[in-house]
Amino acid sequence: MLRYLATRLLRALLTILAVSTFAFAILNLSGDPALLIMSVDAPPEAIEAFRKSWGLDRPMWVQYLHFLDNALHGDLGRSMRDGRDAFTVVWERVPATLALTLPAFLLKIGIGVSAGIFAALHRNAFADRMTMTLSVAGYTMPSFVLGLVLALVFAVNLGWLPSGGYGTVEHAILPVITLSLAGAAVLARFTRSAMIEVLGQPYIRAATAKGLPWRRVITGHALPNAAIPTVTVIGFMIGGLIAGAVVVESVFSWPGVGRLLVVAVANRDLAVVQSILLLIASCMVVANLLVDLTYGWIDPRVRTHRAAGAG
Amino acid sequence: MTISMRPPAVVAAPAAAPPGRLSRFLTAWPPGVILAIAWIVAMLFVAVFADQLSPQGFTKMDLRARLADPWGFGGTTAHLLGTDELGRDVLSRLIHSIRMSLLVAFLGTLLSAFIGISVGFLAAHFRGWIEEAMMALADMQASLPFMIIALAVLAFFGNSLPLFIALMGLNNWERFARIARGLAIAASEQGYAGAVRHLGGSPWRVYGLHILPNIAGTLLVSMTLSFPEIILLESGLSFLGLGVQPPLTSLGNMVGYGREYMQSAPWIMLAPSVIIVLTTLAISILGDWLRDRLDPTLR
Repeated sequence: MLRYLATRLLRALLTILAVSTFAFAILNLSGDPALLIMSVDAPPEAIEAFRKSWGLDRPMWVQYLHFLDNALHGDLGRSMRDGRDAFTVVWERVPATLALTLPAFLLKIGIGVSAGIFAALHRNAFADRMTMTLSVAGYTMPSFVLGLVLALVFAVNLGWLPSGGYGTVEHAILPVITLSLAGAAVLARFTRSAMIEVLGQPYIRAATAKGLPWRRVITGHALPNAAIPTVTVIGFMIGGLIAGAVVVESVFSWPGVGRLLVVAVANRDLAVVQSILLLIASCMVVANLLVDLTYGWIDPRVRTHRAAGAG
Repeated sequence: MTISMRPPAVVAAPAAAPPGRLSRFLTAWPPGVILAIAWIVAMLFVAVFADQLSPQGFTKMDLRARLADPWGFGGTTAHLLGTDELGRDVLSRLIHSIRMSLLVAFLGTLLSAFIGISVGFLAAHFRGWIEEAMMALADMQASLPFMIIALAVLAFFGNSLPLFIALMGLNNWERFARIARGLAIAASEQGYAGAVRHLGGSPWRVYGLHILPNIAGTLLVSMTLSFPEIILLESGLSFLGLGVQPPLTSLGNMVGYGREYMQSAPWIMLAPSVIIVLTTLAISILGDWLRDRLDPTLR
């Protein structure tokens, strides 16, 4: 078990190192940041001074080590636009993003899982076909189209809700619905197939054969087993809580991390993009690690298997 | 898996009356699938003959006819789908956007399949640390949402069409790599691959001429499932103004510019949206159907 923990941890650290190397590499391969930030006709002395102040005149590997060292200390440079600490700029936006993604997360689990179970229990019936058609539609509809159509109907035509902005609960309603519908569609499909797979297992037939009422078979045998893969998928979604709202935040002008990322990319604000990349990668890696580690707790079979295997 | 995919209902099926010719046809070719194929064919036709089909040049401006209504909503037949803020014909732009979006998605899918299959075969052939390294790379790619990677790359390399297509080709390669590796390992343990190898066939021959055709069905299914994802990714990035750049146009690009005129001219935004949704829907339906028919791992 300890060995398993160690390899998982090492792999997580390696992933974060790889992402930071990737972040560093693309920044440096992409051309001279000094020329991107300063105007083309800036005097050479000014460009030279800019290079020196950002450490761009040193050899690449020194810059790389320096970057890693700083990153470990939580210093990811300054936003090249307004000179503030880049990580602080990003961190300030996290609450706004979570204000959208957390309610959307709960909502999509609520809708998706119940729709999936419902469809699986009515397999091939009209209700199942309807649910799955809706799910495919939700899955293939891009979030910006859904968001804009919702804004067109509920904000522009009906005037019930604001079409964008931040501050009140009303502002959050449309973005949260947009975010949760697509996720719910994916979850519904997944839950349905997990449930159908479980319903075909011999132990379900055994439970039915020994005369358990169907309701008990479902709640006592089918649901707990179908929960294992579903909880895993939901766990992986946790990592996307910060990354998942790039498009939707842009549609509704919501001042979160995703909107910041798009603006920073358009402005080529290197340090801010780096900070966001590392923040998102860390969240994903930690979430995936937690899913791996709790897996044994959810699924007793993995635990005994692993204990036997690790000796 | 195999057991669970066959519900008890199948056992009872032979007892039912023998189906007629029409119902047999409808079972093999569900109406949804026929509609999906028809839509895809129509879109391909539009993409190929975009120049012949579009009534006007897609960049041609007519500043006296800005934001003209579509035909049937107070507009004239001169602009069937109305015009945009610069008086450009929305129908012509739509036709060229379809061509661009399909082209990007097609090339992107081919590229990611090529990269993924190559990596997967390399891993399957060499095993050992090469396999470990390739699969660790695949894990890393999967650990970040591709949208974020794409945004970072676009930010720093600037944006040109070839680079953008190459970037789309990096989406999903890890899925092809995993599938190709798994299938290739399974295939090389089968008689035919061993036979070719013992006859002195080079690895190129074994993998390219024997294993690849044998696992092509599954890979093809993955490609049809990957294609709509790339359309969604491309249109999302273009919508944010970070994908296909003007004067070129794509479906997401049109939605992005059209949202400015959501109140006064919603057709600029709605026309490409409808095309995106219907196209991704059609390809997904086709992909699901192909998977059920072609993918031997699901049987």
